[in-house]
Amino acid sequence: MGAAGRGSGERGAGRRWVLALPPVLVLGLVFLYPLALVVQQSVSPDGGGHSVAAYGQVFAESAFRGALRNTVLIAVGATVGALLLGFALALVVAFVPFPGGKALSRFIDVFLSFPSFLITLALLFVYGTAGMANGLWTGATGAAEGPFDFLHTPWGVLLAEVTYFTPFVMRPLLAAFSQVETAQLEAAASLGAKAPRIVRKVILPEALPALAAGGSLVLVMCLNEFGIVLFTGAKGVTTLPTLVYGKAILDGDYPGACVVAVVDIALSVALYGLYRVLSSRAAPAAPSSRPSRPSRSPRTDGVRRARA
Amino acid sequence: MRRAGGGARTGRRARAARDTAVTGTTDTGTATDSGPAAARAAEADAGPAAARTAEADTGTGAARTTDPPRTHRPATGIRLEGVTVAYGGNTVLDSLDLTVGPGEFMALLGPSGSGKTTALRAVAGFVRPASGRVFLGDRDVTDLPPHRRGVGMVVQQYALFPHMRVDANVAFGLRARRTPRAETAARVAEALETTGMAAYARRYPRELSGGQQQRVAIARALAVRPDVLLLDEPLSALDARLRSGMLAELARLHRELPGVSMLYVTHDQVEALTLADRVAVMDRARLQDCGTPHDLYRRPRTAFTASFVGDANLLPVTVAAGGGVEFAGTVLDVPVPASAAPGASATLCVRPHLVGLGDGPNVLRGTLAELRWRGATHRLYVEVGGHRVEADVRELRETPPPGTEVSLHFAARDAVLLPAGAGEDEGGAADGRRRAG
Repeated sequence: MGAAGRGSGERGAGRRWVLALPPVLVLGLVFLYPLALVVQQSVSPDGGGHSVAAYGQVFAESAFRGALRNTVLIAVGATVGALLLGFALALVVAFVPFPGGKALSRFIDVFLSFPSFLITLALLFVYGTAGMANGLWTGATGAAEGPFDFLHTPWGVLLAEVTYFTPFVMRPLLAAFSQVETAQLEAAASLGAKAPRIVRKVILPEALPALAAGGSLVLVMCLNEFGIVLFTGAKGVTTLPTLVYGKAILDGDYPGACVVAVVDIALSVALYGLYRVLSSRAAPAAPSSRPSRPSRSPRTDGVRRARA
Repeated sequence: MRRAGGGARTGRRARAARDTAVTGTTDTGTATDSGPAAARAAEADAGPAAARTAEADTGTGAARTTDPPRTHRPATGIRLEGVTVAYGGNTVLDSLDLTVGPGEFMALLGPSGSGKTTALRAVAGFVRPASGRVFLGDRDVTDLPPHRRGVGMVVQQYALFPHMRVDANVAFGLRARRTPRAETAARVAEALETTGMAAYARRYPRELSGGQQQRVAIARALAVRPDVLLLDEPLSALDARLRSGMLAELARLHRELPGVSMLYVTHDQVEALTLADRVAVMDRARLQDCGTPHDLYRRPRTAFTASFVGDANLLPVTVAAGGGVEFAGTVLDVPVPASAAPGASATLCVRPHLVGLGDGPNVLRGTLAELRWRGATHRLYVEVGGHRVEADVRELRETPPPGTEVSLHFAARDAVLLPAGAGEDEGGAADGRRRAG
């Protein structure tokens, strides 16, 4: 390449940097800088200087360990529940024609815009100690109180999160299912496959990327869910986000709150990284852009067979 | 509604002879004189060319030596009895009676919306008839779900499973039927070999061309050794060159799988005429005509068939009192059925390529309206008594200008007289001018 070519290449690279700078600056100022402040605060004791002592203190607290355990268990449980329920419901909505199916599909979009506490509130009306379910039970049996008293336990948080986050799995799944060719399902059926096998061998593999996308989204959202835990489990269930709230707002322990926040962020990033690794391993080897030549031409094979 | 039954006629005896040759080979391991051993002997004696000739004569190809066990099973035909399919108040298939003989290749030919794909899907079990019955052999499968019918199906868009390699795609049906692993592997290899895709077994569908994907789809359908193979416009997604190659492949498969009844849906007359033992012509949800390709082309029974299966001049004529028919003031000497009364209206069908330029028998004099060069031929559009007549003639060295008075002629044996109204209401063109262009 001549000098002129090098000059135009350098000008092109410079132009690209100019174009990239504004979004990089905005990203840094709005997102990365506050994040850096949180990390800095976590290693800045009230007495001044820098120390990781706050980490040791927080890690030694049983409240932190309990919150970490609750956070992971509830997030994983809610994700698994949302994946199972979302996959089953999406299958029905996508492949089983029934009256109102389209309306239900649209409602899922609306559901995504609902705030999480609304779902929790609705569950309180149904399963709360003075809710409908207990009312029906006491009305039917004459008992003084009903059997449903789990909303303030981890199971209540789990139910609320599964209910709230299932549509987040269904949405990408429905999009993926709409891409599955009906002809593939019919070909599978004509080859002798029954419905469960078609779901397992044809639909599920094609929906895996959507399932992984929905699952990872739900997992990260569950890890950081605050509203649902506050509404239902505040009495007995502490998770990392509510622990951050408690330390920062109620106790005024900002370094401790920042330590928990850093752990929460690290957990989210680690789980996202794990998802990326697993999904890249699960994906088949990338195909070449053009078919490579076979060892022998099929037509030649045919001729050879004919001459055999 | 005409019942289209009877089984394949032309070529059936020859195929039965080939079956005998295969059976002789596979049952006893001893080749008959007309079997592959004869070809091998011929090759030894006179070289490969003689061997190929022997194969052509006996109808035995390479895959005949791979002994497909399906040839030992009694072949299964397809029978539709008064099958009607309706969506809401819209009837998309109207009282279809159709029989595909065991081992027969039947093409369902018709324009879009004619009901041909619906008929195929009724056989596959993907649409439930509002009335009528579907039989595979002696089995009434009308109420059976698709996975219990035992048919193979190949569709236009291949419908391969994109996340599976070629061999896994082909093995899908065998695994669904819980076939032992070793047998699955053997049958996958056999199906891929039959379709010439053995070298591509470890590829993903996206790494294959359209024609290769369609071969895999065919291999997948054949691997389960179906008695009935349903093909729904399998070549429509291919370009002209690939389609031509696949036509030959399908014809070869049909020869090599004499026990498999094939129902082939297409809107392409060339595919139907090239491949099928018989062609069922459909239009507007009804069966219009059924017969061998030769019969349908040379002796169509409706104007629709005449116009859809090849090009045709459909001339409105009147049966003449003294024999023949009258067209545009000219009496033409053509065979007239005894049932046609003098003075009755009828439609005369003459294929453009059977119309000659110049004087001869059955002369039509008119004015050249248009002339189109089509490579090896010229197509002439001639106005005769207010009707446009088309003629395909060998490429002219000197082309007459439009407006020139010309004479056309055709032989009596090349004309077919259709009853008036035969097929016009189904879209057939009774007027020669409507066939122009």
